[in-house]
Amino acid sequence: MRRGLAWAPLAAFVLLAAVAGWALFRPAGTEVRSEMVGRAVPAFDLPAMVPGKPGLSTAALKGRPYLLNIFASWCVPCVAEAPKLVRLRAMGVPVMGVAVRDTPDAVADFLRRNGDGYAAVGGDRASRVQLALGSSGVPETFVVGADGRILLQHIGDVRDDDVEALAAAVRDAR
Amino acid sequence: MTAEFGLAALWLAAALAVLQAAAAALGLARAREDVAAVTRPAAVAQGALACLAMAALVAAFANSDMSVRVVAENSHSAKPMLYKLAGAWGNHEGSMLLWVAILGAAGTAVALFERRLDPRTLAATVGAQGLIAVGFYAFLLFSSNPFDRLVPAPREGLGLNPLLQDPGLAFHPPTLYAGYVGLSVAFSFAVGALVTGRVDRAFARAMRPWVLGAWVLLTLGITAGSYWAYYELGWGGWWFWDPVENASLMPWLAATALLHSVTVLAVRDGLRAWTVMLAVVAFSMSMLGTFLVRSGILTSVHAFAVDPARGSFILALLLLYVGGALALFALRIGTVRAGTTFDPVSREAGLVANNLLLSVILGVVLIGTLYPVGAAAFGVQLSVGPPFFDRAAGPVALLLVAVLAVGPLLRWRRDEAGAVLGRLAAPIAAASLTAAGLFAFNGFGLSLLPFLGLSAAAGLAVASVLPLTGRRLARVPLMTWGMAVSHLGVAVALAGMACDAAFTRETLVAAQVGQPARVGPWSVTLDGIAPRIGDNWSAVEARLTAVRGEGTPLTLRPQQRFFSDPVTTTSESAIATRLDGQLYTVLGRPDGQGRWQLRLWWKPFVTLIWAGGVLIALGGALSLAGRALRDRRARAAA
Repeated sequence: MRRGLAWAPLAAFVLLAAVAGWALFRPAGTEVRSEMVGRAVPAFDLPAMVPGKPGLSTAALKGRPYLLNIFASWCVPCVAEAPKLVRLRAMGVPVMGVAVRDTPDAVADFLRRNGDGYAAVGGDRASRVQLALGSSGVPETFVVGADGRILLQHIGDVRDDDVEALAAAVRDAR
Repeated sequence: MTAEFGLAALWLAAALAVLQAAAAALGLARAREDVAAVTRPAAVAQGALACLAMAALVAAFANSDMSVRVVAENSHSAKPMLYKLAGAWGNHEGSMLLWVAILGAAGTAVALFERRLDPRTLAATVGAQGLIAVGFYAFLLFSSNPFDRLVPAPREGLGLNPLLQDPGLAFHPPTLYAGYVGLSVAFSFAVGALVTGRVDRAFARAMRPWVLGAWVLLTLGITAGSYWAYYELGWGGWWFWDPVENASLMPWLAATALLHSVTVLAVRDGLRAWTVMLAVVAFSMSMLGTFLVRSGILTSVHAFAVDPARGSFILALLLLYVGGALALFALRIGTVRAGTTFDPVSREAGLVANNLLLSVILGVVLIGTLYPVGAAAFGVQLSVGPPFFDRAAGPVALLLVAVLAVGPLLRWRRDEAGAVLGRLAAPIAAASLTAAGLFAFNGFGLSLLPFLGLSAAAGLAVASVLPLTGRRLARVPLMTWGMAVSHLGVAVALAGMACDAAFTRETLVAAQVGQPARVGPWSVTLDGIAPRIGDNWSAVEARLTAVRGEGTPLTLRPQQRFFSDPVTTTSESAIATRLDGQLYTVLGRPDGQGRWQLRLWWKPFVTLIWAGGVLIALGGALSLAGRALRDRRARAAA
């Protein structure tokens, strides 16, 4: 056996161990970033969830920037988030809600209790749109530009500090 | 007291492991046989003490001694006794203690029963086994002490993860570990042979039964684990390519390759360097698996300890042992002369093809498992799932099945291609007939892999029993029986996998009481929902009546179980096993309007998967028994 070849397994193993060692000490990232950021919003047409509010379709949303908020009535951080969305709405930012795995009654009840910042709410019963957006949990908020591209993904609930930044992102997307 | 007794036993065992390694090193370096002779009794005492420590931990769990931290964190006094005992290895510290106890026991077994190896290689082997043990004792004592006390002791424990409260847990980890860690013997043999430079037929013959024994246990452990995941998780699948499943599959693939290459070495004195390499790789895969599971760098259902300090400790051990063995390989393999070479059409060539294909599958699984970690180094976040593994490993596995059918029909040294084709007539006919039949009934309705899988399984089933035909069965050696049974087991398991992939029917319904739902040939009716109370859980239980055609109805009772310590809900599937498959039912959530979610599967011939696994292990056991018998006769004659 040639000498060089005999060392090859050791070299391969050391390389592997180096990667493993690096992985051990890298800061643990638990967020799942969407691959869709920078790409066009996948086309969808969601039925209306609450009376007096339209559903959501990409065709109708074309031409202006907006926030796409993934939420659910059964989600506790969404309760904390709701007043922030109301503030965004008051600032003139259009917030579109995607209610994931939810029922109309529960959503209506949720909005009555916690405040309603949504211009429209579409029902995503089987999380199809959520998955297509590359969102892995609720709540998440996407900034969509006038050209229909996803500009930004905000993971977790929108807090006081985030309101201004998100509003600015939508303003800049015009 | 029990805990202190266990801890003392652990420290003593660690000291003896140091002695074991040092005596071997000194004895061999100074050519002092009297010093080297210390290794064997040291190994026996070390193994006994490690097992005593494990027994002490099991006793602490049995007595619900909540002053011991791992007991308080993982047990509960209200648990049934079986799960108290099994809880001893259902946590990080306990499972690592089980790991070293088996490592020690394996070393003891080698020291007591190994008679073929020359004394120097044996001393080096037992010394290497001691050296491995030292590292893992250090790991236990310095970073994962299972006998740590809690002051003050809590009145009650936190309870065991309810998913683990299952008879499967009592047996699956010890069996799997015995196989996993049993491979350490092959590793130590390889190290021993590299140290003394004696890689020859005698070495292969000595190593073979140890590899075989570990491989049988590993096969059983994986089979049991697969069945546990199948019925306990309630997802209806039998293999999920979860990193931890892969961690058990990788040593198995390497051990399977090793089992075959060691045969070439034992019979024909070929593949010397390759066999040594495989022996190192097989146990390295076990340690790598332990690292992956215990460090938490890969997320998995099995990862109960996510702790970078522990992870780096195991990584250091991995570097020391695997790196050391590979360096020893590089330095010493030059002293091992090349073995004999052989003809391209021969049993040896078939076995080499087997080894290459198994290695390719091992590579695919290894890359798929580690790819997310590697990709993260470049800032890419991704996970690798079944589509990759199925597509990358599936075709290679089918090719392997073809080799598996042909291999045992080849003669050693040299064979004629024409004659081989003649011997293959029956298997080819069986495969073609199956393919034609499948096509006639299903047209293009079947996807390619299951179609090829079923055809290949039929061909392999016939080919695997061919070595038994035309001989007086009573005179066929047990080893040949073992080979035939194992290979038949592969065919049976493959048929089960292909049937599951091709013919499974799934129905998801929101069922109202009295309303039947169809799944495959079955009609399943929800008769009612009732509460149930167990030892440490409560449940809602559905009563289902399933009927097929005009047959007698049968009752299934799937549950949603609620545990309070810790608070968890599990779905307990109810499975009806029939000769031609399983009806698998899972109770989901209520929709609040009187309907209940039901998940129903009809899985034709799915049980063949595990029956095949058991057959594969049985073949190994037969072969092992055959060798033991032959040894005994040889000794009696001498």
